[in-house]
Amino acid sequence: MSPDFHEIWVYLSASPLAGLTLTLAAYQAGMWVFERFGRRPALNPVMIAVLLIAATLMVAGIDYRTYFDGAQFVHFLLGPATVALAVPLYRQFQQVRRSALALLVALLTGSAASALSAVAIAWALGASERTMLSLAPKSVTSPIAMGVSEQIGGLPSLTAVFVILTGIIAASFGTWVLNLVRVKDWRARGFGLGVAAHGIGTARALQVNEVAGAFAGLGMGLNGLVTAILLPVLYRLFFM
Amino acid sequence: MLGTLTLLLSCQLAGELTARLLHLPVPGPVLGMVLLFAGLLVRGGVPEPLQETAGGILRHLSLLFVPAGVGVMAHLNRLEAEALPIAAALLGSTLIGVALTAWVMSVLSRRGPDAETEAEGAEDAP
Repeated sequence: MSPDFHEIWVYLSASPLAGLTLTLAAYQAGMWVFERFGRRPALNPVMIAVLLIAATLMVAGIDYRTYFDGAQFVHFLLGPATVALAVPLYRQFQQVRRSALALLVALLTGSAASALSAVAIAWALGASERTMLSLAPKSVTSPIAMGVSEQIGGLPSLTAVFVILTGIIAASFGTWVLNLVRVKDWRARGFGLGVAAHGIGTARALQVNEVAGAFAGLGMGLNGLVTAILLPVLYRLFFM
Repeated sequence: MLGTLTLLLSCQLAGELTARLLHLPVPGPVLGMVLLFAGLLVRGGVPEPLQETAGGILRHLSLLFVPAGVGVMAHLNRLEAEALPIAAALLGSTLIGVALTAWVMSVLSRRGPDAETEAEGAEDAP
């Protein structure tokens, strides 16, 4: 490494520029691969971007903390993005008021089943407490999931990984399991995907049917709210 | 754009302050979302600039997951050590969640006004 290059390197690793640029470039590469190969659920752009960045950091010998110092500007936008979810929620709220009771019961059942079954299965197979707490909020969109995880004593960054994997699983096997339980109503199929698999489930529902997409978006927003309110309360009942 | 960004941040800030002052077990941004939602109900509609800014941010929502997702690097040891419980919990709970939510909803809304929107063969359904 020449002295000049070394100086540049020291400058870059001290400024947020490199981490930010790497994040945006890797995400666009992920989007390109996703579009190029027919939008397959398994080629999730977030997953690709994460793998690209992780590989780059390992090769360059940079640790996660240093990278995150730069990338936290992107991360910060999760807060305002969560607030912005009020807009699609409001728009769909007007359309779906008439099935309110069915939605509410399905929401509470699905939300509780997703969180409790994740913790129960992990517990039965001997997972650590930290891992179980990080798994509990994995069905909701990641800004909310990470906030809840932090509050109940999980690891927010581990929860973020679980959130993404949950979305990919639902997008890949959702059709199969919905056919298995013989649900044909588009509203119900979409709502199931949104409640159990947040934005990635919603994106999948939108690809196939507009009604399913609208109900998935509603399910995602409502489950974010229910999980944020109920999980910390449940946690206090059981663990404190 | 600038105005609505200020609005979104103000709602978030109000949410954070409320959560802290009242010791509520809810993340600040979620309270901010409830606040904005209530505001929209009172106003009775979404202003055009808010629609544009919110749409712009939410279109790229998945980009915002990336920095946290790279945190997988920091957890490789845990993921390796607990691979079986983690994989089983994610797969099992996700499929249970999708199926149960959809099934309960379809049973309860069977006589709903939108029965004609039922999927036909459901081969390519979501």
